[in-house]
Amino acid sequence: MSKTMIDLFLRSLWETILMTGASGFISLVAGLPLGLALIATERGGIAENVWLNRLLAAIVNGFRSVPFIILLVALIPLTRLIVGTSIGTWAAIVPLSIAATPYYARIAEVSLREVDHGLIEAARAMGGNRWTIVREVLVPEALPGLVAGFTVTLVTLVGASAMAGAIGAGGLGDLAIRYGYQRFETAVMTWVVMVLIVLVCALQWLGDRLVARLDHRG
Amino acid sequence: MPVADAGLLPPAPVAERLAADAFAPAPSNPAGDVVRLTDIRRSFGATAALNGVSLSVRKGEILGIIGRSGAGKSTLIRCLNGLERPDSGQVLIEGRDTTRLSERELQPLRRRIGMIFQHFNLLSAKTVADNVALPLKIAGQSRRERLQRAAELLDLVGLAEKAGSYPSALSGGQKQRVGIARALAARPALLLSDEATSALDPETTRSILALLKDINRRLGLTIVLITHEMEVVRAIADRLVVIDAGRIVEEGPVWKVFAEPRSHITQSLLEASRPRLPPAIAGRLSDVPTGEAILRIDAAGEAAEAPFLAQLAAAVPGGFRLIHGGVDHIQDHPVASLFLGVAAAHASEAVAFLQARAVKVELIGHVQDDD
Repeated sequence: MSKTMIDLFLRSLWETILMTGASGFISLVAGLPLGLALIATERGGIAENVWLNRLLAAIVNGFRSVPFIILLVALIPLTRLIVGTSIGTWAAIVPLSIAATPYYARIAEVSLREVDHGLIEAARAMGGNRWTIVREVLVPEALPGLVAGFTVTLVTLVGASAMAGAIGAGGLGDLAIRYGYQRFETAVMTWVVMVLIVLVCALQWLGDRLVARLDHRG
Repeated sequence: MPVADAGLLPPAPVAERLAADAFAPAPSNPAGDVVRLTDIRRSFGATAALNGVSLSVRKGEILGIIGRSGAGKSTLIRCLNGLERPDSGQVLIEGRDTTRLSERELQPLRRRIGMIFQHFNLLSAKTVADNVALPLKIAGQSRRERLQRAAELLDLVGLAEKAGSYPSALSGGQKQRVGIARALAARPALLLSDEATSALDPETTRSILALLKDINRRLGLTIVLITHEMEVVRAIADRLVVIDAGRIVEEGPVWKVFAEPRSHITQSLLEASRPRLPPAIAGRLSDVPTGEAILRIDAAGEAAEAPFLAQLAAAVPGGFRLIHGGVDHIQDHPVASLFLGVAAAHASEAVAFLQARAVKVELIGHVQDDD
């Protein structure tokens, strides 16, 4: 492989990591509270509000049902408003985050719902308020599931970021499409796929290790 | 049934130190009743879980509330700390009506009421010490104070060496000990026990009950426990309330209710723990007044302390035979329950003799001699 090709390769790898990392971070920061809101507002939840629950669920379902490639284009005006441009790696982070947030919110919701209701009752019996229940019970007890779900989200983002090439975001997926697929450079394609496999395996391994350390459920 | 389990209990000085500084009587409670419920009603949809319950819990006593599943006992105990709100009626805790309080106003009050649960409800992500310290964290104490208090309490329940373990490494009995330590952490005026031994084996049940009794005695802590097992009530309760279909059907000192259960709910709950006529004899009972008459005898308190059997043997020609039964001691009161056989010809004589001595007698049938 030529020097230019190696530079291109490394730049693409960095772009993929940047897109995955930044949108992953945003989906965690926004998706976890959204997941908490979904279970807190449901019937019998700690902040029951059925109408708000339906509204949130509708928004989440709405974003989740739009194919990512459509979302990428549809969100261009919003992206331009936030990042100042609709082209490039940073521009791709906006639609990636907006797609990943409701995705992670649903995954978080599943883990949070599995927390034994008796534990919430115990915290209430101790005189805890809603914030206590969230901080001392829901999040710590669901943490292994929340981390495992976040790993799944990151891996999904690695794949989704390939599509962001459509708005000139770069990344490994884009490299594979333009050089490997459109120019029939099989070596580039093979390298990209191998690096993606290593990246995904590394993410999954780290996630699994962390879950094992956090899980005390025995 | 013996409840002594001294080996698992901590040295006395620990409990006394706790008692000295921790469980001073609440200043706002001159009346002496920790809890007073007046005409509590609570329905879920069309079914009434509580249908007008009034009762009071005296300071320092252990009150057992017993009933079948679905009788309303879970709802009742949850009304005491406001986890459940009655539709109507008054709940006075240390003289304050909690039914008028908002959720936020209830929170500080709940810190004066500890609760233990059937399934322990320990947080799996926290160590044993952090579980015990959680009520104190909620109350806003510093980490140093919290862990010091947690260590004292783990000492009290005999689990000092498990402070750094996670609950998943503990046995059921140990988990419940942690649950008890946690419930005591914030120095409550009242401890609620929601079927706390129902998930434990009989031996562990006895040691947990012994611990609760010990805490009650040494620290003067008031305990309300709900259970569906008569054995639990009999082992530690002072007073017993039987509820059925959301109403109180019987109430009184445990030994009295055991000696003379009036409602048939109580009788059927007691069935398993009372002597029963051996099946071989029960199967041969008939109404024909010949052969041998079978008498069921119940005596409690003073009546049971008197030598009525010896007197009966002397008074009835031919004496009697003891078929089954014995004398139990509940709260240090003798409670006798026996089956006797006497010759049918002298049965009415024997019944009259015993009734004159305040002994409850029932002629339950006759057994003919096999030819």
